[in-house]
Amino acid sequence: MTDTIKEIKKSLGKKILNTQEHSEKRIYFDIDKKDIVEVAKFLFKEMGLRFSTATGVDTPRGLEILYHFADDKEGRLINIRVLLEDKKKPEIDSIAKFMKAAEWIEREIWELLGVNFLGHPDLRHLLLIDDWPKDDFPLRHDHEHDHEHNKKEEHK
Amino acid sequence: MNLKLKALTKSIWVFHFAASPCNNCDIEILDLLTPRHDVERFGIQLVGSIRHADVLLVTGVPNSKTGPKLKEVFAQAPKPCFVVAVGACALGGCTFRGSYNVKGTVDDWIPVNAYVPGCPPKPEAMIAGIVKLLNSLKEKK
Amino acid sequence: MSHKVVIPIGPYHPLQEEPEFFRLYVEGEKVVDIDIVIGYVHRGIEQLSETKHFDQVAFLVERICGICSTSHPFAYVNAIDDLTKVEVPQRALYIRTIIAELERIHSHLLWLGLAGHFIGYNTVWMWSWKYREPVLDIFELISGNRNHYAMMKPGGVRRDIKEEDIPRIKKCVDDLVPILNMFKGAVMDDPVIQARTKGVGVLTKQQAIAYSAVGPTARASGVKIDVRKDHPYGAYNFLDWNIITQEDGDVFAKLIVRVLEMYESIKIIRQCLDKMPKGPIDANLKDIPEGEGIGHIEAPRGECFHYIRSDGTNRPIRHKIRAPSYMNVASNKVSAVGGTISDAAITLAAVDPCYCCTERVAVFNKGSDKKILNGWDLIKLSQEKTEKLRKEIFNK
Repeated sequence: MTDTIKEIKKSLGKKILNTQEHSEKRIYFDIDKKDIVEVAKFLFKEMGLRFSTATGVDTPRGLEILYHFADDKEGRLINIRVLLEDKKKPEIDSIAKFMKAAEWIEREIWELLGVNFLGHPDLRHLLLIDDWPKDDFPLRHDHEHDHEHNKKEEHK
Repeated sequence: MNLKLKALTKSIWVFHFAASPCNNCDIEILDLLTPRHDVERFGIQLVGSIRHADVLLVTGVPNSKTGPKLKEVFAQAPKPCFVVAVGACALGGCTFRGSYNVKGTVDDWIPVNAYVPGCPPKPEAMIAGIVKLLNSLKEKK
Repeated sequence: MSHKVVIPIGPYHPLQEEPEFFRLYVEGEKVVDIDIVIGYVHRGIEQLSETKHFDQVAFLVERICGICSTSHPFAYVNAIDDLTKVEVPQRALYIRTIIAELERIHSHLLWLGLAGHFIGYNTVWMWSWKYREPVLDIFELISGNRNHYAMMKPGGVRRDIKEEDIPRIKKCVDDLVPILNMFKGAVMDDPVIQARTKGVGVLTKQQAIAYSAVGPTARASGVKIDVRKDHPYGAYNFLDWNIITQEDGDVFAKLIVRVLEMYESIKIIRQCLDKMPKGPIDANLKDIPEGEGIGHIEAPRGECFHYIRSDGTNRPIRHKIRAPSYMNVASNKVSAVGGTISDAAITLAAVDPCYCCTERVAVFNKGSDKKILNGWDLIKLSQEKTEKLRKEIFNK
């Protein structure tokens, strides 16, 4: 185990609920959703890791958000996994308040998966049209996908 | 053939509209202007405004944002304006068919006069497509 | 006294590529704020990917972008290789690297041409696109298509590079060197280009880190990151090359980084062709087990990131894609602010977003008259400034 991982484990201590080492270069840490701001701040500001992106996943257990941080010095990807169990009203604190790099990706997860980011500076549609139907989240697995031609207009 | 059409076939001005493509057709269209193909020798020119254009080149699949814009742009075009759909996605949706944000193909939104298939079509194929369009106009009289 | 004026740029740029919409807030000539609207090319690929099986996904992600049409499949196959922990044959790694580097050359040449066009140097545009053609010919020789090469495959590559083709590839990259030398002289030493690009659109090192900028955009600001060196993949580990960085963070620095990177790419391709071992090109991957994998590579524009999750069936259940421009375009927010309107075109283009813009430029003056200009006007404004500078410099 290398210094970065040791330091992260030492500093975050009990906040890490579970560690999964897929390989030497890909490490996944499970944390609770209330700790996300603190953890992200620590990794980004103090450890100097680069924020790569975040992934929202719809799983049977709930909505998962993975925050991918790249450690360019040691060539490793550190992934923070958060589980939001309440699918009806998923909420998590925004990390875009102090990390501008996360602003767009949070907007994207908000519109495609319906996760509400509390305290996001500018939460509005990024990719979809502004009047996209509410409660219609394309990346949820219960989404109806036969949208093709439903807005087809006649040109004649 | 009326005078308007006759003049049009001599030197066509083209407006290029990217309706959510992957860029590749668009690059190949630009490639037509550069030294190897240099379509300007035939009087074909890319113009900056649809109001100057005789032909509208459309690439990509119209999505919920670009579809309405495509209709708007076509409405602004001085008629006659001929539409050429370039690339597999403009023709039939290609691999993007079935996506939640894709709203049909180009001919669902505006009438299309010529189709150039390929992913992406080679520049030569595009020239061939334009030539075929011009020939069909000449035959019409 | 100054009126705050809003200039919308986009979404349709008469020239090129993907639509994107910028709202420039200006006071007089000066840009004070910028709002970026994207989503005009959103095709829902992440969801589509869940409906296709693993072999088809490689073709789908290839069609995310036509310029980086090998970067996305490369990142995707890396993610699959990470998920399955398959051992990819050496020869396949070298072939992947060669294709990726050839793509970097053609992409940088393409950007150089467009940048030249934006500041009114159409000669640069015509030249660099002319010299890009031989590279596309090589692609056609190897893969059968000028773009969308379909070379990447989970666990290997789809086509081999034939022994008899290697001399021709070598000749192509050898021929590029004098051309690049010519470019370096003609473009980088030109006083007008220097006047137009030096000190314009500066992105400082702190800002680059805050926005997590990647690729040439970050390297031009003095952030020494390159996925090829930091997180080695493909055959980059076995090769000798350098990361190019600049300190200034302006458009000129980005230009230099890209031009010098092409020399490095040529170096890499030559080494690959010499070192490439013989052997199989495919690991014949059969099943994808349950699990998750991440692949990221250095695309011409920066880090391209793919995350794959599989539940043991033949389709991914989640496929996250993050293209490099996603991070870089957002950094326009700081680099364009403080500049003038005539510099906006080149500043916005300097990060090499799959650039896309102006249908019309409407100048809204508070309460008073409204003027609508079209997209050429912004470029024209930029070109006029170059013309003015050229006269000033040469009349001295």
